[in-house]
Amino acid sequence: MENKDDVLEVRNLKINFKTYAGDVKAIRDVSFDLKKGETLAIVGESGSGKTVTTRSIMGLLANNAVVAGGKIEFHDQNLLKLGRKQMDGIRGRDIAEIFQDPMTSLDPTMKICRQIAEPLIIHKGMKREKAMAQALEMMKLVGIEDAEHRINNYPHQFSGGMRQRIVIAIALVNRPEILIADEPTTALDVTIQAQILRLMKELQEKINTSIIFITHDLGVVAGMADRVAVMYAGKIVEYGTVDEIFYNPKHPYTWGLLSSMPTLDTKSETLPSIPGTPPDLLDPPKGDAFAARNKYALKIDTEKQPPFFKVSPTHYAATWLLDPKAPKVTPPEQIIERQKHFAQLTKKTQKQNLNKHINEQEEQL
Amino acid sequence: MDYSKAKKILQVSHLKQYFNIGKANEVHAVDDISFDVYEGETFGLVGESGSGKTTTGRAIIGLYKPTAGKVVFKGQDVAKLKSKEDKQKFHRDMQMIFQDPYASLNPRMKVKDIVAEGIDINHLAKDDADRSKQVEDLLETVGLNKDHSSRYPHEFSGGQRQRIGIARALAVQPEFIICDEPISALDVSIQAQVVNLLKELQRDKHLTYLFIAHDLSMVKYISDRIGVMHYGRLLEIASSDDIYEHPLHDYTRSLLSAIPVPDPEYERSRVQLDYDSAPEFDGKERHIVEIVPHHYVYASEDEIPKYKKRAEEFANKASAK
Repeated sequence: MENKDDVLEVRNLKINFKTYAGDVKAIRDVSFDLKKGETLAIVGESGSGKTVTTRSIMGLLANNAVVAGGKIEFHDQNLLKLGRKQMDGIRGRDIAEIFQDPMTSLDPTMKICRQIAEPLIIHKGMKREKAMAQALEMMKLVGIEDAEHRINNYPHQFSGGMRQRIVIAIALVNRPEILIADEPTTALDVTIQAQILRLMKELQEKINTSIIFITHDLGVVAGMADRVAVMYAGKIVEYGTVDEIFYNPKHPYTWGLLSSMPTLDTKSETLPSIPGTPPDLLDPPKGDAFAARNKYALKIDTEKQPPFFKVSPTHYAATWLLDPKAPKVTPPEQIIERQKHFAQLTKKTQKQNLNKHINEQEEQL
Repeated sequence: MDYSKAKKILQVSHLKQYFNIGKANEVHAVDDISFDVYEGETFGLVGESGSGKTTTGRAIIGLYKPTAGKVVFKGQDVAKLKSKEDKQKFHRDMQMIFQDPYASLNPRMKVKDIVAEGIDINHLAKDDADRSKQVEDLLETVGLNKDHSSRYPHEFSGGQRQRIGIARALAVQPEFIICDEPISALDVSIQAQVVNLLKELQRDKHLTYLFIAHDLSMVKYISDRIGVMHYGRLLEIASSDDIYEHPLHDYTRSLLSAIPVPDPEYERSRVQLDYDSAPEFDGKERHIVEIVPHHYVYASEDEIPKYKKRAEEFANKASAK
């Protein structure tokens, strides 16, 4: 590991899928870190490679997937090199996942207490009775009312929100270091979604898990994430802290995503939309994959892939617009509004830091 | 919109839609709801899954036979349409766009036949050439290419399929379109494209929409007025600004407080209101009551003062500003 705060490091990951039509390049050189106790959100459209990235971490790639390069480091071992048995030992113990659809991710023929206790029995070799007792604890922890009576129920006896709580209980029962949440609330109603998100935050504080949160809902990201990575066509195009991505985005794709979502005060006649559709990853474009849909595209975008440009020590974006030679462009109106807010925010934090500094000096005197 | 002069195109009164009547699993999917839709406006219907919003849409267009109540479209009781011609006319005037663009197009039919089905049934084309011309025009209207017409649905992306669904609805020149979660299955960047298309069509063709959705920020954006549904009942009806800025019913307030907003600072300070649905089932008789002009709440007699007070507080706050 390059950094001791990191629990997971993904470096230059490349994954292809073999299909009849040829190789689909689903992940094209993706690198990111996950720090202890943080929530990293990965956002992007369907087909951008969010789910494939996390599946490769879990060792759950489909049979036709080929890892064409890169490594995933976890506790000084490369997860991509581990055999099936070794991976079975990590999955569900150190790295767990909450899947999108709570209707299909539970076994309909198994009582829920057994489903929650299963990871304890398998990974910790716990005795059945003790595991059941702990499963009951977990059910209470995730807020299932009347847990003592419901422990012998089957999944179909629960609502969608309650089922997702059970899925969370299963994922967290071994207190994993990493929790992958792949669109955990997409299938739920807003009110239930809010409850589940609140629960995930509370539990994260209690057991200090790092979370990789996959979603396409930027509203959810704003509320959950510490850091955000934006994916497009199998690549990360921009990453930074949640404030940097929402208030000072630099990549035109991030601009497009943020301004095409109406907020509750959007009044304009037409919504700014991103024209066109994502590229075909059977034959990805030579230059910037977003160039064809990007009205700010430069000539070089169609020829050469942009490298990551540093915006701040925590904020990077892969767009030629950040090149010193690039012409100055004006971002969409909504983005300018956001950037104004960012300027205020940084002023505020600078002031706070300055005050803190002065206070410290005064104390020393 | 000036509602005193606007014409009502659709009047739904005391609509009830029950399923499995008389059996143990009887469901009151829609329970005594009433609302009007004015010509040229977009009426949004929001609510959680199972609140009855889709059932309402399907009952209005006649996919279900309502258990009770009346649907009056352009001054005519829909249930009293008897002759084949009248029924066909009704279905030409009222069309529907469905939620799932993957399930709502017949995979064995070419795009041109899907779009032209309504044209054929209603004999709207003079000959084959006219039919093709109409289909090509429609495809162009919704932003597709005319040589897409000989392809099959599987060759299109979700956003494009939804455009085909829209072209099919437009083929019979309707006045009223029920949009049942038309963008829920699409990606964020594509959602905006489809919403813009729907708005543009509304302007050009003077359409009226009943827009059913659970994505509240999109509903606010597209709708002129909004009805909030819960457990088969309409709890609040008002202009979209009033619903979001001056919500009167506790359920609306709780629903609004649950919407995630793409603004980290707002999210950090968000307070979520919980909703207790018990009062809805206390057995008191409730009706939809106009608390302030054009703002309706489903309330019992003794709750009216409470809502009136809330509305007053909002008005005071607004005038203080």
